[in-house]
Amino acid sequence: MGKPKLKEHIINREWCKGCGICVHFCPKNVLELDENDKAVAVIPEECICCRLCELRCPDLAIEVITEPSEVSESSEVSETSEV
Amino acid sequence: MAIKDYIRERFFPHMWCAGCGHGIVLNGLLRAIEQIGISKNDIVMVSGIGCSSRISGYVDFHTLHTLHGRALAFATGVKMSRPELKLIVPMGDGDALAIGGNHFIHAARRNIDMTAIVMNNRIYGMTGGQYSPLSGYGTSATTAPYSNIDHTFDVVNLSVAAGASFVARTTAYHVMQMISVLKQAILHKGFSVVEILTQCPTYFGRKNKLGGAVEMMEYFKNNTTSVGSKAKQENPELIERGVFVRKEIPEYCSEYEKIIQRATIG
Ligand SMILES: Cc1ncc(C[n+]2csc(CCOP(=O)(O)OP(=O)(O)O)c2C)c(N)n1
Ligand code: SF4
Ligand code: SF4
Ligand code: SF4
Repeated sequence: MGKPKLKEHIINREWCKGCGICVHFCPKNVLELDENDKAVAVIPEECICCRLCELRCPDLAIEVITEPSEVSESSEVSETSEV
Repeated sequence: MAIKDYIRERFFPHMWCAGCGHGIVLNGLLRAIEQIGISKNDIVMVSGIGCSSRISGYVDFHTLHTLHGRALAFATGVKMSRPELKLIVPMGDGDALAIGGNHFIHAARRNIDMTAIVMNNRIYGMTGGQYSPLSGYGTSATTAPYSNIDHTFDVVNLSVAAGASFVARTTAYHVMQMISVLKQAILHKGFSVVEILTQCPTYFGRKNKLGGAVEMMEYFKNNTTSVGSKAKQENPELIERGVFVRKEIPEYCSEYEKIIQRATIG
């Protein structure tokens, strides 16, 4: 299984409440809140597709789309319990 | 199926405040169910009353939104009549352990097959920030303006003592672990308790000057550790996370089925 490559972040601006959780905990500082307090990907090229933003969003408002196909589910690494 | 197929999209954006940990519990639960691959029609979610209990409105399973504290009693009725269904019972800490405390310990003692999720934000969110049995000594709440003198329950110890056959704890920060323990709890045959420490920035956070959702999640990150870790020996203040109990003991509905067989022959 190769490294997942980012296609895009889909951010649902209607659902995002601007809590900043995805922004703060992104290990690569990919995300920011814009002037309307909605999450946006400002440096998508740095994204490592860990999906932590997607999994921690309380509003189901952010999705990390990878290419070419969906990679293994995040649960594979879950047993470490550090996150 | 994508997780969007498990929700009632028409009710989104949901009613929870910005940064409310209950939304992260919903997120993790949907992933757990998706990864197990259970059909939506085989799941019944039963909830009581509270911000946490509103979760049942957002999922596209069979759902029952019942009375404050009584979710486990309704769930017991559903499970006894349709034992083949998977029961998931999310509750607030007040719902589960104040008004619903008696239902909680007896459901655990019977070992009836269902997954109880305690969405523990240490406060009554829905009604405006009154203290709960999980607030803990020295905390502030609208009903404890001069500080709370009640000691807290330890949900894990309580569940173990009451006889639950699967007991785990995690937090809204530890999403990978949340998904993992929820999967294990749902697959376990017997009464499973998953305590999830979750943030209520609006009341618990504000009343106790803990900052917003981000700071409260940082707290979960920095003040918890894996069960049995060396860190816990060095710093006993740390809260342990992980699976505490997993045992195979006779399950209530299976035993009841045997009683029916015996009575029918007799
Ligand atoms: C029988 C009954 N008593 C009291 C209430 C008022 N009430 C509604 S929700 C709630 C507590 C909510 O706290 P919790 O269960 O911890 O859930 P949260 O809102 O924090 O998620 C109370 C006391 C009620 N609805 N029914
Ligand atoms: S975590 Fe979700 S709701 Fe919060 S800012 Fe990010 S996308 Fe928006
Ligand atoms: S997938 Fe990981 S690296 Fe990429 S934006 Fe989300 S949190 Fe940041
Ligand atoms: S009051 Fe607290 S528990 Fe209720 S939705 Fe707001 S943050 Fe969540």
